Amino acid sequence: MFDLFSFIPRAIMQGIPLLFGCTGETISEKAGSLNLGIPGVMYVGGICGVIGAFLYEQSAGGNVHAAPAILIPLLACLIGSLLMGLLFSVLTITLRVNQNVVGLAMTTFGVGVGNFFGGSLIKLTGSDVPSIALSATSAYFSKTLPFSHSTGLFGKHFLSYGFLAYVAVIIAIITAYILKRTRTGLQLRAVGENPATADAAGINITKYKYLATCIGCMIAGLGGLYYVMDYASGVWSNDAFGDRGWLAIALVIFTLWRPNIAIFASFLFGGLYILYLFIPTGTDLAVKELYKMLPYLVTIIVLILTGMRNKRENQPPESLGLPYFREDR
Amino acid sequence: MSKASKSSKEPLIHITKRKTMAWQKAWLIRIASIVAALIVCAIVTTSATGLDPFSVFSKILEGAFGSERKIWILGKETAVLLCISVAMAPAFRMKFWNLGGEGQVLIGAWMTAACMIYLGDKVPTPILILISLIGATAIGAVWAGIPAFFKARWNTNETLFTLMMNYVAIQLVAYYIIIWESPKGSGKVGIINQATNAGWLPSIGSYQYLLNILVVAAVTVLMYIYLQYSKHGYEIAVVGESQSTARYVGIKVDRVIIRTLLLSGGICGLCGFLMVAGTDHTITTTLAGGRGFLGVLVAWLAQFNPLAMVLVSLLLCVLSRGAGEISTAFGLNQSFGDILTGIILFFIIGSEFFINYRINFRGSTKAVKDAKNAGKEGGLH
Amino acid sequence: MAAVSMRNITKIFGTIVANDDVSLDIHKGEILSLLGENGSGKTTLMNMLSGIYFPDAGQIYIDGKPVTIASPREAYEYGIGMIHQHFKLVDVFTAAENIVLGLEEEGRLDLTRAGERIRKICDTYGFDVDPKQKIYNMSVSQKQTVEIVKVLYRGADILILDEPTAVLTPQETEKLFAVLRNMKKDGKTVVIITHKLHEVEEISDRVAVLRKGRYIGEMKTSETNAQEMTNMMVGREVALNIERPDPVDPKPRIIVDNLTVRSSDNVLKLDEVSFTANAGEILGIAGISGCGQKELLEAIAGLQSVENGSIRYVHDNGEEEELLGRDPLQIAGLGVSLSFVPEDRLGMGLVGSMDLTDNMMLRSFRRGKSVFTDRKTPRKLAEKVVDELEVNTPGVSTPVRRLSGGNVQKVLVGREIASSPTVLLSAYAVRGLDINSSYTIYDLLNQQKKNRVAVVYVGEDLDVLLELCDRILVLCGGRVSGIVEGKKADKNKVGMMMTRLGGGDDDE
Repeated sequence: MFDLFSFIPRAIMQGIPLLFGCTGETISEKAGSLNLGIPGVMYVGGICGVIGAFLYEQSAGGNVHAAPAILIPLLACLIGSLLMGLLFSVLTITLRVNQNVVGLAMTTFGVGVGNFFGGSLIKLTGSDVPSIALSATSAYFSKTLPFSHSTGLFGKHFLSYGFLAYVAVIIAIITAYILKRTRTGLQLRAVGENPATADAAGINITKYKYLATCIGCMIAGLGGLYYVMDYASGVWSNDAFGDRGWLAIALVIFTLWRPNIAIFASFLFGGLYILYLFIPTGTDLAVKELYKMLPYLVTIIVLILTGMRNKRENQPPESLGLPYFREDR
Repeated sequence: MSKASKSSKEPLIHITKRKTMAWQKAWLIRIASIVAALIVCAIVTTSATGLDPFSVFSKILEGAFGSERKIWILGKETAVLLCISVAMAPAFRMKFWNLGGEGQVLIGAWMTAACMIYLGDKVPTPILILISLIGATAIGAVWAGIPAFFKARWNTNETLFTLMMNYVAIQLVAYYIIIWESPKGSGKVGIINQATNAGWLPSIGSYQYLLNILVVAAVTVLMYIYLQYSKHGYEIAVVGESQSTARYVGIKVDRVIIRTLLLSGGICGLCGFLMVAGTDHTITTTLAGGRGFLGVLVAWLAQFNPLAMVLVSLLLCVLSRGAGEISTAFGLNQSFGDILTGIILFFIIGSEFFINYRINFRGSTKAVKDAKNAGKEGGLH
Repeated sequence: MAAVSMRNITKIFGTIVANDDVSLDIHKGEILSLLGENGSGKTTLMNMLSGIYFPDAGQIYIDGKPVTIASPREAYEYGIGMIHQHFKLVDVFTAAENIVLGLEEEGRLDLTRAGERIRKICDTYGFDVDPKQKIYNMSVSQKQTVEIVKVLYRGADILILDEPTAVLTPQETEKLFAVLRNMKKDGKTVVIITHKLHEVEEISDRVAVLRKGRYIGEMKTSETNAQEMTNMMVGREVALNIERPDPVDPKPRIIVDNLTVRSSDNVLKLDEVSFTANAGEILGIAGISGCGQKELLEAIAGLQSVENGSIRYVHDNGEEEELLGRDPLQIAGLGVSLSFVPEDRLGMGLVGSMDLTDNMMLRSFRRGKSVFTDRKTPRKLAEKVVDELEVNTPGVSTPVRRLSGGNVQKVLVGREIASSPTVLLSAYAVRGLDINSSYTIYDLLNQQKKNRVAVVYVGEDLDVLLELCDRILVLCGGRVSGIVEGKKADKNKVGMMMTRLGGGDDDE
């Protein structure tokens, strides 16, 4: 039977990486940068966290402490994603190369980096299975809130996640607030809508675009970190993260560039992503593969519907994907 | 005005757009960027393997050209990447971002495999080949045609639509792989019709890959002629540059978009057919292996120039074969090639900036002089 | 002492010298007109003052001190604000959001307080802005007001307005000028960039003239006249009259009946428009921008979906043919030779990145049964157009984007009249062109008129419309406000008709 009570927490956990990716991409897109490299960035974020955790576990021996176990992978993840963000920024903002092209190349590169280092670490540990397990550090990432076991269903649905899950929700809420209510948000949106106008108003376009892209990438990178350190319990196996990065980008359109909506939308997509596990199919394993199509099919339907609706406020930032050159004549 | 009175706040560098650059100079910049990229690749490889940089290159060349067999494999791989790039070219010229090459190739491959499996013992091989060829091309065309239809009709975002179609294709193939599994429990389809060779493309002489290479070469030449000299090609160019101009002269924009994507997807389907019927004789979900995306990049870098497409495809394949050799020799992960490919791409992509823009450093008056001279020579204005 | 002095300013784009060694003084409390033809470098010069561009050589002084203005923000710090011809507004933002955009005020973003300040500024100078209104819901003149308030909100003392009247009706222009005079009274300095002489005479204290990027001279407005200013602007004697041969035997060619058009977002663009365009006559169409001119021409050309009405073409033998519901190809298939010179030449009409030959092919590439294109015939046509219309280009293989505005227009008009049309639709045919090119275009239109073509001329400069056209159809908010004889029309009256149906109390 369909087990809703175990489905919801799983769906939420699946949704968290998407939420990170979606919030990051939204910030980037609001500044006019369509970053198709997000899937690569999330891989890099994940593997950097793994490398950090691995090095820490190696040096600490059996003596793993909470603070470094969390901070080292976190920092490694942020630095790795930041570097990817800088790469995208230099190429598209400073060198004004087509954003789609750079994004695709970054995804190829990022997935390669993830798998290469992942594979190398697996080899280093000499394990028999093609994956690497960092259970000691991972335990700190997936540590649930207190009372999550003693408060029954409430605890199970709201308190049973690692801290990064709450970070994702908080970042989404803060981002939504900043975009809508603050001066920074107003200026960021102006950069994405009409950079020539923002420029004339004295806003430093390059600075805003760089910051938005890099911060966006760092947030997205956290999605990769969450996935491997919490959701996958510290087990890295190559290509396991899959195509979640692309779904995160699709979610941005689905949520109309609003991170607060993205919180629920990402849980919904997370649910679609694992629905096949919960639909009883008996011994027919093949059908499960067809159920896995669901998130993509829903995305396609959403794309079609958003294309048909043409309210001004719900359109993508007007200069999304276009490079800005002040002296363009 | 004396220079000294200039404030120090004057921007250090100041970028202006170039009008044109001699093609020799542009190519020089591109080649320089490739050389720079190769140096970075060598440094990366050296630090990963401890090889000295020169042996890195000799290893790469050895991996790509080391034996006759390796050269043939290189040819086969290049043909696949080139075929996908050529497929992307018309869509790209129309400024339609077809990121669905991956899925279009895969679905074509799936159709070919299905024909081979279900019709293998029912129709003779020549007819079977014809059926799979038509089927694969048609379904590839449909796979690209669906997003094109919605783009033409409701301006649906084609980038993400084509992207999602990849995963629909992957899951469909995953479903059939379980059904077609052989031997049971292996999780693989295995070599299809190994005993009968039904539906296999014939080899030319003893060269198993030659036919694929020749077909792709022909497709490349035809595509060049189509884009450059045909009325369709002209319409594609007009639609890509300005849809309203196209409408203004009575070009049916919707029809051109759909037609062009049918062509683009059809060639991808053909590529899937060539891979399954011609060389692999089996199917996996990773058949296209990221080359659908790589093809977009190759098409962009080559700017519809087929010769450049051949060269870029070859360069990337040499690199990836070479990286494969290095990773096998040093026990590295196979993804090493992706990293090197990424580095090369970033450099070539970045070099376009230096072709399109001019950088003026503070105090440089060269630009001023150039422009004034041009003005005196009776330029355009 | 001058409030602003620009000394030996040079600015170069690619191989074009936009400003060459220009020196200019702006005095405190004056209204200065910066006069010059299109492409003479007025806007570029002022863009360097407002921090959009950075000069390649030269120095700017403010109150005698050398300064560097590297960005618009720095320009505001010196009290300089510019209202650009293409408004720098974010469409999906409200007026207030646009006005505070880029300001580094203390505390959190408070749009209510900003709204109060905006109202105060409006009261001082006498205009009207709703801080909460979205820009995309505003008329052109409302947007311009937002731009002016934006500059004042930043405390600018020196306001630069780039061709502010180009999009306004005579009445709106009057209102704007009144505001500018209020500002002058308030001690502000105003620079207005224009190429319209009567505006210079009406509003400014002083005028400075640029030609081809060079500074030509300056004088007090009271001590000069239109002819002298024109001569300085163009560099030689120019006859200011446009020829208007009498139409010979005008006969109906296009009959438009009750044409109603709605845009895709369901806004009524044309409301029961009826008129007749005659062969051998130039029919002018006047109206403030965006009141249906574009839709009208595109409907006739078969590019606009129409809700209601009819557009009939009258053949020489008197037979009538319905054009509605047919696309450009089908219209051509009826044997109707219709040419259209649209407003946005490089956006519709020409393909910027293609060369002259390929652009000549746009209309004719389908000819013949071959699947391949024929480039020989269009090449010859391109060479002919270059030759006959004196297009300044290195060759027919040059992408049209690299040509100057006037030459682009000659290429487009050349192609459109090459098919010997019976109807010629043109929208803003001289926009962005210098005086010489403009007169070439007027001559071409007159020639077509003599060839018994029905010419429809949508224009924005009322003076030109009144001089060139035989009859003028005035549109107001998508409705026909009236049709007047070119010879007898009065400019103010036409202006009134543009803003109010029928032009107020007395009916047409």
